[in-house]
Amino acid sequence: MKADPKGVLTGSHTLTGNHACAEGAFAAGCRFLGLYPIVPSLEISERFLERAPEVGATFIQMEDEVSVLAAVLGASWTGKKSMTVTSGPGLSLMMEHLGLGIMLETPCVIVDIQRAGPALGMPGRPAQGDMMQARWGSHGDYEIIALSPSSPQEMFDYTIKAFNLSERYRIPVALMSDAYVAHLQEKVVIPPAEEIEIEPRRYYKGAKDKYLPFKRDKDFVPRMVNIGDGYKFHVTGLTHDDRGYPVMNEECQEYNVHPLVWKVRNYVDEIIEVQEAETEDAEVIIISYGATSRAALKAMEQARKSGIKVGSLKLVTVWPFPEKRVAELAKKVKAFVVPEMNFGQVVLEVERCSYGNANVIFVPHGENGVENTDDLLSAIKQAVQADKVESVIIEFNKGV
Amino acid sequence: MKAKETKTQEIQSVPSKKGEIHPMENLLRMDRMPHIWCPSCGIGLAVTAFASALEKANIDPNKISIVSGIGCTGRVAGYVKLDSFHTTHGRPIAFGTGIRVANPKIKVVVFSGDGDLIAIGGNHFIHAARRNIDMLVVCVNNFIYAMTGGQVAPTTPLAAYATTSPYGCVEPPFNIPYIADSSGAVYVARWTTLHIRRLINSLAEALQKKGFSVVEVISPCGMYYSRINKLGDGLDMMKFYHDNVEIRHGEDTKNLDIGFQTKIICGKFVDRERPSYMERYNQWLSDVKGGSRDEG
Repeated sequence: MKADPKGVLTGSHTLTGNHACAEGAFAAGCRFLGLYPIVPSLEISERFLERAPEVGATFIQMEDEVSVLAAVLGASWTGKKSMTVTSGPGLSLMMEHLGLGIMLETPCVIVDIQRAGPALGMPGRPAQGDMMQARWGSHGDYEIIALSPSSPQEMFDYTIKAFNLSERYRIPVALMSDAYVAHLQEKVVIPPAEEIEIEPRRYYKGAKDKYLPFKRDKDFVPRMVNIGDGYKFHVTGLTHDDRGYPVMNEECQEYNVHPLVWKVRNYVDEIIEVQEAETEDAEVIIISYGATSRAALKAMEQARKSGIKVGSLKLVTVWPFPEKRVAELAKKVKAFVVPEMNFGQVVLEVERCSYGNANVIFVPHGENGVENTDDLLSAIKQAVQADKVESVIIEFNKGV
Repeated sequence: MKAKETKTQEIQSVPSKKGEIHPMENLLRMDRMPHIWCPSCGIGLAVTAFASALEKANIDPNKISIVSGIGCTGRVAGYVKLDSFHTTHGRPIAFGTGIRVANPKIKVVVFSGDGDLIAIGGNHFIHAARRNIDMLVVCVNNFIYAMTGGQVAPTTPLAAYATTSPYGCVEPPFNIPYIADSSGAVYVARWTTLHIRRLINSLAEALQKKGFSVVEVISPCGMYYSRINKLGDGLDMMKFYHDNVEIRHGEDTKNLDIGFQTKIICGKFVDRERPSYMERYNQWLSDVKGGSRDEG
């Protein structure tokens, strides 16, 4: 399906990451925004509200982030593609309904513009400290899809991708950006509507009294209907059968919850996207995502100039994690260097998937500027010198 | 899925006499009967009254959605044959707000309990009333958290016992109609499950109202509230309502506190007009765009 031209601002623009995200949402067909004001995600909401009347979208500012995601899920069941935007403190409050969204298999997009935490932290300072929360934050067993953009253009592109994945797999998708990319202003090219591929919602088309809201199709994904279409369906956050009725036994727990995991795990090859650069002959590979991949690519070039064979693996999809590819590369390289704007989250996945075949050096990144490459280059130098297989954490500000 | 043979299915398979159907079969999920509510509970009466009110108010069952939270009353959505959602604890109003704003053609009813709507969901309750979201909220008040076995609630009268107030409740309770009124609801009424006819009329009236309507339904909880407080069974509670309810329409909502086994004032307290959220939203839209979106 092609994008609805009404929401596509075709042309070449200079946009901030946040504004590009709002445009990506319109292009993807998003017509409902639930919001609660929080720095540094505000400009997405502001742009959305400004353009909503001409695009035909609607919105509501709720009383907190708990109710925001509840409203987004409700809106999604009316057939409108829905999203919310927030930052760390808001994401924490959304964990309750992230779980409900997973259980009710409700498509929606959650944009998280990460800022430094914990608690209130530093609202304007970029960080990548919510990566594990997005993956594990809500209770119980589930899989999640999370994407990480590194530029305003990617904010636009990946917002569309997030909506498409969310409709395809009937799952909430997190767009994990950060304050740096959100406020960065760069050229963003928005293609004509007919060049934007949109994943339509998969609807049930059978008899009204035969609809089963959780009857899985061959692709694991049940078909949806809209509120008001006369199907009189029921869904519950309790463990349920195909009819959406609660069934409290072990057999149903397995029947209901296992597919929530397998509908993602069985399709990782379709879902996962990584961008590789110069990994062919690399001795050291920098694995990065989001804003840090800007520094990673720079550091790779600088290291190559000084004769060290460095490659880059940029994670477009952080969750599910590209474990197969990382495991393959681990056998070929001497070390992975993993810069993150946190104290080590995705690096744990890199270590796990290396199975001891490569050194993993974690670089707590960003204190000297997001695009500064000094810490990365020293880690690369350390990587080529080290013989023993071990994980190293380069510590900064050690000792107070 | 082929679930294990349950009692539900056994009962369902009992052949009924030809042509004999439950009078509310088109509005209730008969494949889910029997329901989970205890003997002497009043929630079933509230559901019956709601189903009757839907018919009385002539609401298109395809254009109405019912949302419940968690708890005994939270199970209502599961038994009503409408587009129905059993959501998270305290959030049905927020979920329903999303439905209503995204598709103003859908009438939203939130059916939940006092603990769900007034404790954990209290913030959503007052904000939905402030916005005047088009929504009917039916709040069944049984003075206790019953699903979890009888804990003290924000509606438990002072000095009443609960498992978490073993020496009697020390916190003053909320007066639900007063919160609704002062937060901006356009329709506020209170009935007990004894006053079925009046409750049906009130629900039907509230269903046709534009804006945020609240109907509080005082309900007996024979299993927990009555038992721990030694108030007898469901019938005794009904007798209590019969002897102690005073109907005072238009009573100032600040006079509606409920004490432990004191007089309960019922009636329709608020019925006023105030622009609803969608009316204001459409006004804003026509101001910026010169045209309005689909009417609710």
